[in-house]
Amino acid sequence: MGLSLKMQSHHPVALRLHDQMGSKRKYTFIQAHRAWLPKFLLLWILLMALIGWCIYSKMNDDTKVRRKEVLGSLCDQRARMLQDQFSVSVNHVHALAILVSTFHYYRYPSAIDQETFAEYTARTAFERPLLSGVAYAQRVVNSERERFEKQHGWVIKTMERESSLVRDEYAPVIFAQETLSYLESLDMMSGEEDRENILRARATGNAVLTSPFRLLGSHHLGVVLTFPVYKSKLPKEPTAEERIEATAGYVGGSFDVESLVENLLGQLAGNQAILVNVYDITNYTNPLIMYGSQYEEGGDMSLAHESKLDFGDPYRKHQMICRYHQKAPTNWIALTTAFLFFVILLLVGYILYGAGNHIVKVEDDFHEMQELKVRAEAADVAKSQFLATVSHEIRTPMNGILGMLALLLDTELSSTQRDYAQTAQACGKALITLINEVLDRAKIEAGKLELEAVPFDLRSILDDVLSLFSEKSRHKGLELAVFVSDKVPDIVMGDPGRFRQIITNLVGNSVKFTEQGHIFVKVHLAENRKSIMNGHESFLNGESDGVFHISGDYHFKTLSGCEAADERNCWDNFKHLIAVEEFCLDASRETAAGCELSGQVTLRVCVEDTGIGIPFSAQDRIFMPFVQADSSTSRNYGGTGIGLSISKCLVELMGGQINFISRPQVGSTFSFTAACGTFKKSSVGDTKKNLEDLPSTFRGLKAIVVDGKPVRAAVTRYHLKRLGMLVKVANSISKAVALCGKSGSLTSGMFQPDIIMVEKDTWISREDGVFNAWKPDRKENGHMFKMPTMILLATNISNTEFDKARATGFTDTVIMKPLRASMVAACLQQILGMGKKRQLGKEMPNDSAFLHSLLYGKKILVVDDNGVNRRVAAGALKKFGADVKCAESGKAALEMLQLPHKFDACFMDIQMPEMDGFEATSRIRMMESKANEEMNNGSEWHVPILAMTADVIHATYEKCLKCGMDGYVSKPFEEENLYQEVAKFFKSKSISDS
Amino acid sequence: MDGIVQLQRQLVDYNASLFHEGFLDDQFNQLQQLQDESNPDFVVEVVTLFFEDADRLLNELTKALGQPSIDFKRLDAHVHQLKGSSSSIGAQRVHRVCISFRNSCEEQNVEGCLKNLQQVKHEYSLVKSKLETLFRMEQQVLAAGGSVSR
Repeated sequence: MGLSLKMQSHHPVALRLHDQMGSKRKYTFIQAHRAWLPKFLLLWILLMALIGWCIYSKMNDDTKVRRKEVLGSLCDQRARMLQDQFSVSVNHVHALAILVSTFHYYRYPSAIDQETFAEYTARTAFERPLLSGVAYAQRVVNSERERFEKQHGWVIKTMERESSLVRDEYAPVIFAQETLSYLESLDMMSGEEDRENILRARATGNAVLTSPFRLLGSHHLGVVLTFPVYKSKLPKEPTAEERIEATAGYVGGSFDVESLVENLLGQLAGNQAILVNVYDITNYTNPLIMYGSQYEEGGDMSLAHESKLDFGDPYRKHQMICRYHQKAPTNWIALTTAFLFFVILLLVGYILYGAGNHIVKVEDDFHEMQELKVRAEAADVAKSQFLATVSHEIRTPMNGILGMLALLLDTELSSTQRDYAQTAQACGKALITLINEVLDRAKIEAGKLELEAVPFDLRSILDDVLSLFSEKSRHKGLELAVFVSDKVPDIVMGDPGRFRQIITNLVGNSVKFTEQGHIFVKVHLAENRKSIMNGHESFLNGESDGVFHISGDYHFKTLSGCEAADERNCWDNFKHLIAVEEFCLDASRETAAGCELSGQVTLRVCVEDTGIGIPFSAQDRIFMPFVQADSSTSRNYGGTGIGLSISKCLVELMGGQINFISRPQVGSTFSFTAACGTFKKSSVGDTKKNLEDLPSTFRGLKAIVVDGKPVRAAVTRYHLKRLGMLVKVANSISKAVALCGKSGSLTSGMFQPDIIMVEKDTWISREDGVFNAWKPDRKENGHMFKMPTMILLATNISNTEFDKARATGFTDTVIMKPLRASMVAACLQQILGMGKKRQLGKEMPNDSAFLHSLLYGKKILVVDDNGVNRRVAAGALKKFGADVKCAESGKAALEMLQLPHKFDACFMDIQMPEMDGFEATSRIRMMESKANEEMNNGSEWHVPILAMTADVIHATYEKCLKCGMDGYVSKPFEEENLYQEVAKFFKSKSISDS
Repeated sequence: MDGIVQLQRQLVDYNASLFHEGFLDDQFNQLQQLQDESNPDFVVEVVTLFFEDADRLLNELTKALGQPSIDFKRLDAHVHQLKGSSSSIGAQRVHRVCISFRNSCEEQNVEGCLKNLQQVKHEYSLVKSKLETLFRMEQQVLAAGGSVSR
């Protein structure tokens, strides 16, 4: 579960890389139209300017309209008022005309004379504020002139104050207001304007106006109003002739238009703002100005309002034109509004532009980064390829070395030489494994690492790891030991390579960082842990603290006696663990059985050292790749810091956890759990090559281990037990003697050791006396039983010590630690004289004689379409006495295997034309099952079929099993591998037969 | 006697050089180990078998590649055979070229195939002459009354 999750989380980098390459071409909309951005901005600005201008002109127009309306209303108001005032004055003049006609003509004698008129008019002048004065002129025809002149006592004068020439008629002024007294006796008809006025007035009977002119007195512009006076009552609807006939005289007055308008405007508000002109437009083409300046020098020429004026004379037309004094002020509000609008939207546009640019830039950066990432990943791939190439190059010569070592091992060697050679071979293999592990790191990173699930022997793997470091630990004087709980199944399913990798890494670190003390690898089931959690402990102790040892009072009951970081690993706990195991041996078997049923066991592996420890500050990051506790570490100890991170990944892939307890200057204890499958014997018929075959020669031998340190003793006992020996532990030689019994040694209940193994530390600590004392004792009973062999165990030993040991009665061979079951076996063989060729050979898995005996006489069918391969396989098998038959195709094999046949086994090539190995096997199995059904008499046909294949990958193996094969061997035959497969098969078969 | 020793040394040196130069690998060693009194000509027999096989296969390959339309499947099968045979006698350089040959077949790369064919022929003729020399030397040693050490 954890494994699959892990795999997902590291999803293939290459795939992602590919995706990115694909998506690289994908640009966003903005990215794709980046060139348009400035154009958009410009367009936006123009648009906004246009809108701003529109707003401005609209507001301005509104203002203008309002201004015009204001002007119109002002102008109309003025015109109306002027007109009203004017008509009031005209009415008064009219009234005056009626007065004159009434009192001057209807009464006789006249009630009015100059004096009366002057006074009346003066007193009623307030009624006519617009008139500078009024006068009355009498109509005088030429025939009456003389009489008239006589009557009045003056002659009629013209306007030029000369005696008037003879004319048809005259209109001399007879009454005049005082203000116009200069007009008296002047003939009004002598002035062109007045004459016309008079004629028109008497014809129409209405008031008539002259065109504007400069008044005589004030030089203001003015008009003269003339009203006719009739001497008799007119008929209704009189004709013009009747009117003329009835005319008696004319009342006239002069309007001072200028002062009139000025006066009027002065009363009104806003007179400052506007400029008023009044025109006489009777002659439309040549308007005559009545008020205002003739030449419009100031004012707002663009705007004017015209208002019609009706002064009661239908013949004359007047109009008022109003203008503003000043030009329209700049419309600041509109301008500001439009400008602000423009500015705001401009800013908005600019912000959008900026955002767009930013997006483009960010995306550019993003693409650049992506490209860089792709390149970096490509570089990473290149690095991996480089690693692969280099490691391949290293592997090639290493294969040579290993091959030569294998050849060397085939020669006759002493056990020591053999051990050396085997160690060299193991180390070489480990080196190759390590090279592969370097590659694994890349695989782990890419999430491509797959864990195998094959059966393997945990104990032998631990022994291998130990042997890797044995030289180094011996050199440093470290105790290096491994202990595997009995409860741990012999064979578990898992990935031996990875398991080994983790342990190698942890032990390697420990060896690197430990200068004295011990390194102790311990494996037990995680379940046990709980039961001993509360235990308290320490370990036993050795070389450095002899005093403690003798007194039996140890401070630290660890493997070497040095203090360890994790106190739970100490002896009390350990003892408890062992005790539990011994006590419930049966129970533990049951547990193991239970585990087998459940198919899963959780192993807990502890690697304890007494090294420099990890500083507290660095403990957090110790599992990070390429991180070491501190930089000086790599200077002093070398290493890359990659190992722990790989281990962590691997442990997690195995569904476990890794953690550690460390105290600086005291040591570190790394422990991890791993879930392993239990090995079901039924599932695979043969054991795998990972399993180490320990010789069974020593089964049943009795041994006493003499060691002052219980943990170390337990380790020794563990190894001996693996060889099938019965072991007792004594913490001193005297105790060992006691164990053997003295004179009562013949008693059946007594333990008669064949071997006594003495730890060097224990021996050195002056037990010679006891030891010697024991010797004669032995002698006494010497004939009764065999003298036990005395063997010294040591981490290192000097020549003098060695001599002394020999003198004391130890054998020549000292078993050097770290202990490994196979090494112990080799030494024992040598010591006990069982190291004779044949016996040794019989137990060694690679030995040809052993295989020879297995294969001898067996009838074997080799199926391969390739002649050369066939011949080689046949030759290899024949060498061991097998009776080999060959078939060159699947079909031929099928025929030869028609039941009944005599073949004991069949080697089948997988890749063959026509009918491949899988198919052939399936058919054979079908045939067999059919035959078995028919026979039904207990004896079953099942010829073992082993696949021969060049690619030994996992899938192929599974496929082999699926179609009924019993196993496979790699092609070309590696002798070792081939024999192992065959041997195991026949071995298991012979067992099942028996 | 000295002559025999001389010959034997030459043989051993030559044998070692073949391994050293990479013509042969461990598999050939294994073959040599399989040869014993009961089977005195085992190596020669197998190698001769290999020569026959390889000659035939190379002919087939040349023929197949000369055809206008190439049957890559068949080609691949032949190369596979050759690969198996060469691997069985430990002719590792031939074996390697076969691997690359098969890749070319898989890619259906005619040019690569032709190139690989040339190379495999070259390697084959080399290893053939080397092995023949080796056997001749062995014969000489045997004829001189010496034994061929394995």
